[in-house]
Amino acid sequence: MSGFDTTVHLIYLACAVCFVLGLHLMNAPASARRGNRLSAAGMTAAIVTTAAVLVHDRVIAGWAVAALVAGGVLGAVAGLITARRVEMTAMPQLVSLFNAVGGGAAALIALGDALAHSADLAGQPVRTSVTTVLDLAIGGVTLSGSLVASGKLAGMVPGRPIGVPGGRWINAVLGLAAVVLAGLFLTGHAGMAALYGIGFAALAAGVLLTLPIGGADMPVVISLLNACTGTAVAMAGFVLGSDALIIAGALVGAAGAILTKLMADAMNRPISAIIAGGYGTGDDAA
Amino acid sequence: MNALLLADLTVFTLSLLVGFEVISKVPATLHTPLMSGANAVHGVVIVGVMLLAASVTTVAGYVLVLIAAAFAAMNVTGGYVVTDRMLAMFRTRKEGRR
Repeated sequence: MSGFDTTVHLIYLACAVCFVLGLHLMNAPASARRGNRLSAAGMTAAIVTTAAVLVHDRVIAGWAVAALVAGGVLGAVAGLITARRVEMTAMPQLVSLFNAVGGGAAALIALGDALAHSADLAGQPVRTSVTTVLDLAIGGVTLSGSLVASGKLAGMVPGRPIGVPGGRWINAVLGLAAVVLAGLFLTGHAGMAALYGIGFAALAAGVLLTLPIGGADMPVVISLLNACTGTAVAMAGFVLGSDALIIAGALVGAAGAILTKLMADAMNRPISAIIAGGYGTGDDAA
Repeated sequence: MNALLLADLTVFTLSLLVGFEVISKVPATLHTPLMSGANAVHGVVIVGVMLLAASVTTVAGYVLVLIAAAFAAMNVTGGYVVTDRMLAMFRTRKEGRR
């Protein structure tokens, strides 16, 4: 391992420490803002370090750099403007929107990595193939689910529980289809087409799972979807072989799960009842 | 099961345990900011998009990277800024009450 690689690994480790300490500081009101800033500092270091790795390795295509920079600037500006201008009361749906795009990015990483290796998909190791499927499925569900949750809070989708006739059966069929497609993909009988199928099934399942839940329960659902995105990001870390993604993703996955339980307890609502849906009138409930 | 997968699984499992431990007795007022803060942390997916960009060589790949980069950048910048705004309000409100 060269000196450069060692330094990069140590910086990623320091970033992971920043994320953990940052979340820990956010447990108390007095230190919460400092915690968020420490976490942001770690994130900046991780991004700068990765940029340095890309420059150092010189393997990246010119068009890829252009796409990365253009997309990055576009997304950063959109994120900054919406985060700065949003009304205080509209913050939960904005967090849900940010969660949706995060899950979407994780799902796109699964697709992108599979596309880059599409010539030899069957020859991929288990470490990559299984996590590609999980990343795509979890990321797809959180992308569409968080968009519906955000729409419910913003009033674009009715806040009341919307029962889809036979929704549970459709979900069961979608789940089964995803499992069958995953089986075909993992055994090398199907290529990219299976992945696209899993992606569509996940998107549909995300909508169908969130629609029957009332607007009053949305904050808990957003927290749950947040934990799911964390897990999807950790899976993306397995796919790309990046410790930084695995650590931060697993951290958010577990912390988000605990937070979901705390929020549900605070509302005196069991999580199972919230997910089953059908409760809460939404707009007039608060 | 090879050594790389085992190493990754170890890191993943220990990070999950740290995640469970790091959230302790959070006051209910901090639930939403903490959720938003955790949301910003998974913006680390932008690092993943950057790593992905190094391995794509097709037009479809470039388009994917473009969309993924926009998504991830929005998650990470918006996430931290909105969390900071929430926490800033939290403090002024408390000071105003004194």
